[in-house]
Amino acid sequence: MEGLTLSDAEQKYYSDLFSYCDIESTKKVVVNGRVLELFRAAQLPNDVVLQIMELCGATRLGYFGRSQFYIALKLVAVAQSGFPLRVESINTVKDLPLPRFVASKNEQESRHAASYSSDSENQGSYSGVIPPPPGRGQVKKGSVTHDTVQPRTSADAQEPASPVVSPQQSPPTSPHTWRKHSRHPSGGNSERPLAGSGPFWSPFGEAQSGSSAGDAVWSGHSPPPPQENWVSFADTPPTSTLLTMHPASVQDQTTVRTVASATTAIEIRRQSSSYDDPWKITDEQRQYYVNQFKTIQPDLNGFIPGSAAKEFFTKSKLPILELSHIWELSDFDKDGALTLDEFCAAFHLVVARKNGYDLPEKLPESLMPKLIDLEDSADVGDQPGEVGYSGSPAEAPPSKSPSMPSLNQTWPELNQSSEDTAIVHPVPIRMTPSKIHMQEMELKRTGSGQQQAGVVAHPPAVPPRPQPSQAPGPAVHRPVDADGLMTHTSTSPQQIPEQPNFADFSQFEVFAASNVNEEQDDEAEKHPEVLTVEKASDPASSLRVAKTDSKTEEKTAASAPANVSKGTTPLAPPPKPVRRRLKSEDELRPEVDEHTQKTGVLAAVLASQPSIPRSIGKDKKAIQASIRRNKETNTVLARLNSELQQQLKDVLEERISLEVQLEQLRPFSHL
Amino acid sequence: MAKNYPLYIRSTPTENELKFHYMVHTSLDVVDEKISAMGKALVDQRELYLGLLYPTEDYKVYGYVTNSKVKFVMVVDSSNTALRDNEIRSMFRKLHNSYTDVMCNPFYNPGDRIQSRAFDNMVTSMMIQVC
Repeated sequence: MEGLTLSDAEQKYYSDLFSYCDIESTKKVVVNGRVLELFRAAQLPNDVVLQIMELCGATRLGYFGRSQFYIALKLVAVAQSGFPLRVESINTVKDLPLPRFVASKNEQESRHAASYSSDSENQGSYSGVIPPPPGRGQVKKGSVTHDTVQPRTSADAQEPASPVVSPQQSPPTSPHTWRKHSRHPSGGNSERPLAGSGPFWSPFGEAQSGSSAGDAVWSGHSPPPPQENWVSFADTPPTSTLLTMHPASVQDQTTVRTVASATTAIEIRRQSSSYDDPWKITDEQRQYYVNQFKTIQPDLNGFIPGSAAKEFFTKSKLPILELSHIWELSDFDKDGALTLDEFCAAFHLVVARKNGYDLPEKLPESLMPKLIDLEDSADVGDQPGEVGYSGSPAEAPPSKSPSMPSLNQTWPELNQSSEDTAIVHPVPIRMTPSKIHMQEMELKRTGSGQQQAGVVAHPPAVPPRPQPSQAPGPAVHRPVDADGLMTHTSTSPQQIPEQPNFADFSQFEVFAASNVNEEQDDEAEKHPEVLTVEKASDPASSLRVAKTDSKTEEKTAASAPANVSKGTTPLAPPPKPVRRRLKSEDELRPEVDEHTQKTGVLAAVLASQPSIPRSIGKDKKAIQASIRRNKETNTVLARLNSELQQQLKDVLEERISLEVQLEQLRPFSHL
Repeated sequence: MAKNYPLYIRSTPTENELKFHYMVHTSLDVVDEKISAMGKALVDQRELYLGLLYPTEDYKVYGYVTNSKVKFVMVVDSSNTALRDNEIRSMFRKLHNSYTDVMCNPFYNPGDRIQSRAFDNMVTSMMIQVC
């Protein structure tokens, strides 16, 4: 049972009452009749009882589960103490006296004698139960029974079952119940539920009936379309149980009214159940949200477009600002549309807000949308973790970009460290916003294509972009090819991650080792390969190319960029950030070029990581494949690291030699 | 008909909002001028506008235009020389991203003041980073 904290005394008392009411000894369900008697015995006015029933959600379920019962009892105590009945008061009101039930309901009980086999005994035990508990309760403090655990688990187990149970009851019994109602002395009641339900389900903006907080909460929020379904769903369970009970007029009245306010009860139930983890969505809630989703978008895997969602949530009468904030929180991938999970999260937030909860600053973990196709609960645990990780790789790249220009010399270490952290968490980043931005940039850059800001934050997008423009002279032709390549890669970003073809990686290595100094032919060959090969492989091979280049032609500054660009051009992604670097830094020393190229390489490695997400989400095998890939990438990067270290050493040696030469020359200059 | 109302104004710790308002407005003219100047490359990603130095205070004003002609103007204190070109660019990029996120929100009507908390947080973090 969520959200309800009971003291030991209360626990004991409530469990006693529950077992009393649990005449059928199901240990799970309590018939309404008994419970209603009990409540009436609490000497509360009828509407309060009604409110309590709504609040605890029994009306929705049609019966009192243990949790509902306990909540109801608590509310009775609240009401008896004179506190206003609100969902929060369950937990917030401290030191509540135990609810008092007056054992003067035997007249009513006798009316139910027919339906209860063990009524007489129960009556006796009932009156026996009622007076002592207040005293007993105080006496029995401090006894921590495992009742606490048991009711909760049973309640928990029961709740998921309840939505399953109640709908089944509904269809066959609904016509009967309605007819039965009309026969009752309180004839007006049959109209009442209809009238009552009318206001409850009135479209937003109409006057609300009902005084309970729940009514006020819910009335503004139920969208018209599912009303009928909801009505039947809600109506019938309580009324179906009515059939089993010998209808007393008073009881009927109460029940009828509770039928009318069923939706509110459902909602209240939802809110009360959200206490434990305020943002947890219970199964009933989720089921309801899913139904709502279906009314807008029949395909559960599809999206609700922003405009439709806007209309839907506007009906909830929340201020636009809050809706806007809710949207921001729930549209996780920022694509302007809501998936099922996002929709549920948004709905839940709206419901919470209507109940007075403040909106969180960031999306609570339990509301984080799971990646679409993973519906098994087994993966749910993973999702938040993965999703939570998404921050790190996304952040690593942007942080790298400002640091890169300023840290040329210390670049290798810096990049390695940031790379490592980034690669260690190669998990889903929002793919779609990258796409959006990618498209944006595509639009912007196809025209000019010249100056590219280092957009490491959008590695999937950026790598294609800056390349053509950035290529230095000798590589002019290549940008043309690469452009075609790029657009192809950019248009099929999904395909690339979904075809992890690490086999090509080895090909590339071989290629890199062997064909260092060739150009066009290789490009042509590699273009189709690039499309299918992971970008991760590209950096390594391009790096290797660059490495070999640098080692063999270190002294030729001109050739180095050419080699760099040539060697890396076919491997579309990596060179792009490199080129960008080249241009933006205005330093074309060979070491710098290589360094920046490797930077770009590593950036592209990072880029490859975010492109993985969707496929990972969709396929466990893909996860393992990507793990393998990442491991290989790691080894590649480790090798890269060592190579760069080597290169650094070489460069330092060269520098020393140059300095020595300078020293030697200087005496001559003085002469 | 110049509809140059600000969608969002945020100042650094100095909080001289009015002054910044004024500077931003005057810089808008320059930005417009630049936009009209570059006729061919109509959709240039960013333009860096540097150098609007006032006689008394040294402020650098950077401008940035999006595709939808939404202008971002950033005013920074010249004493803060640590701000380099790339950093400014990255800041504008982040601004642009946040702005598109705000736009994605169906509840946001283009032309409204930006009240998104996420946007605020992003801007705050950026400003803190700088100053």
